[in-house]
Amino acid sequence: MRHLLDTRSLSRDDALLILDTAEDMSATQQREVKKLPTLRGKTVVNLFYEDSTRTRISFEAAAKRLSADVINFSAKGSSVSKGESLKDTAQTLQAIGADGVVIRHSASGAPARLASSGWIEAGVLNAGDGTHEHPTQALLDAFTMRRRLFGADASRGRDLDGISVVIVGDLAHSRVARSNLWLLTTLGARVTFVAPETLQPYGSRLWPVTVRHSLDEALRADAPDVVMLLRVQTERMHAAFFPNEREYARNWGLDDARFARLPERTLVMHPGPMNRGLEISSAAADSASSTVLEQVANGVSVRMAALYLLLSGEREAKA
Amino acid sequence: MTTRTVLESADIARALTRISHEILEANKGTDGLVLVGIPTRGSYLAQRIAATISRIEGREIPAYQLDITMYRDDLAHHPTRPSQPTEMPPAGIDGATVVLIDDVLYSGRTVRAALDALNDHGRPRIVRLATLIDRGHRELPIRADYIGKNLPSAKSERISVRLNECDGSDEVTISGGAA
Repeated sequence: MRHLLDTRSLSRDDALLILDTAEDMSATQQREVKKLPTLRGKTVVNLFYEDSTRTRISFEAAAKRLSADVINFSAKGSSVSKGESLKDTAQTLQAIGADGVVIRHSASGAPARLASSGWIEAGVLNAGDGTHEHPTQALLDAFTMRRRLFGADASRGRDLDGISVVIVGDLAHSRVARSNLWLLTTLGARVTFVAPETLQPYGSRLWPVTVRHSLDEALRADAPDVVMLLRVQTERMHAAFFPNEREYARNWGLDDARFARLPERTLVMHPGPMNRGLEISSAAADSASSTVLEQVANGVSVRMAALYLLLSGEREAKA
Repeated sequence: MTTRTVLESADIARALTRISHEILEANKGTDGLVLVGIPTRGSYLAQRIAATISRIEGREIPAYQLDITMYRDDLAHHPTRPSQPTEMPPAGIDGATVVLIDDVLYSGRTVRAALDALNDHGRPRIVRLATLIDRGHRELPIRADYIGKNLPSAKSERISVRLNECDGSDEVTISGGAA
């Protein structure tokens, strides 16, 4: 692996390699000394063109735990606000000597452009691009599912064969939903997308996914092992996708009544940040079924694994 | 290319039994003793030594394992290696007598990495090193305390340790090199 740009092109073997390596990384995070010397002398740049707190600090923690030097770059307050192009920024990073670039960009495909352009030799990790993909989020979700459903000891080497996952919410704008769909399908899980038609992604009927409009129907018919709620991205809601928030919460939110009907072993996942009372009730978010905080902790392990696998070895010859 | 068997199954068993006795003698029993194998084959050797010591002393001694992949000094010169699980005593290793166990002692770089990795788990009282084969050619000031067999070899020769647990048979072979 040279770059991690999406989960759609990720093979089952590579996905399991990342997840199993993350298990080893996770074990090191239980120790008193959490730092490993693995990426000493390497420089990782967090190149964030879009706001993010948790993904950026997760990548920063992961890189630092592997002893890499971390440079944080956010578009606000940088030359980008003076109109610098991605190419010039990339070449600047190349001149500084970046070994890895973690990029978040509002334009779908920006990480792929960076990886294939020849502007920079560093390994590129996509930390979310437009409405395309967010591969490390999907990997940490799969990691969390595997651990919760099978236990940490039995997880190694296993895929998610036969697991039923219902993903609810703003699918149209969600790169997390897309990345999860491809990864979970590769790992053998069955995925259902639930959202009003206005929030279904364009082309989803051509994808290996069951499309439903009713959450109650999905919870009944698909007997989910995992219910994943997505944030209603009010900042992307420029058009009227649903009449109002109360109607959304009533039809597509995991409210107390729906949560009470779920079997106890069903996992409730949310990539955060949560809108409590909108897509998820506080009772569901704070319950024992909820994995929200585990997802955050596992995110560091998964990103350590990705950084290790991409940056530690001999760089393959440029294609 | 010629391949010669240096140790057969019974030889390996005898060497491990002797090492087990030597460890017990030096440690005056099993108090504070922590056996740590270096994956992959060092872990299996550690399990065998632990089983032998348990039999001799009549009390169960566990074998642990320590993955050193993340501590190697040659990571940038090889394709990425997959990591292996680490299992260490839940109570930690502070004040313990740790015996590191590996199959072949060669440059000493694996052991250096293991010492670094161990350091991140705590501060043992003593660290000892046991190895099935010592083939020389050290690149670091490191030596083994318990050795199954000294096997002077040329750098061009290849020494393979095969163990039942992962290779289906027990033997140590030497092959290649200038005749």
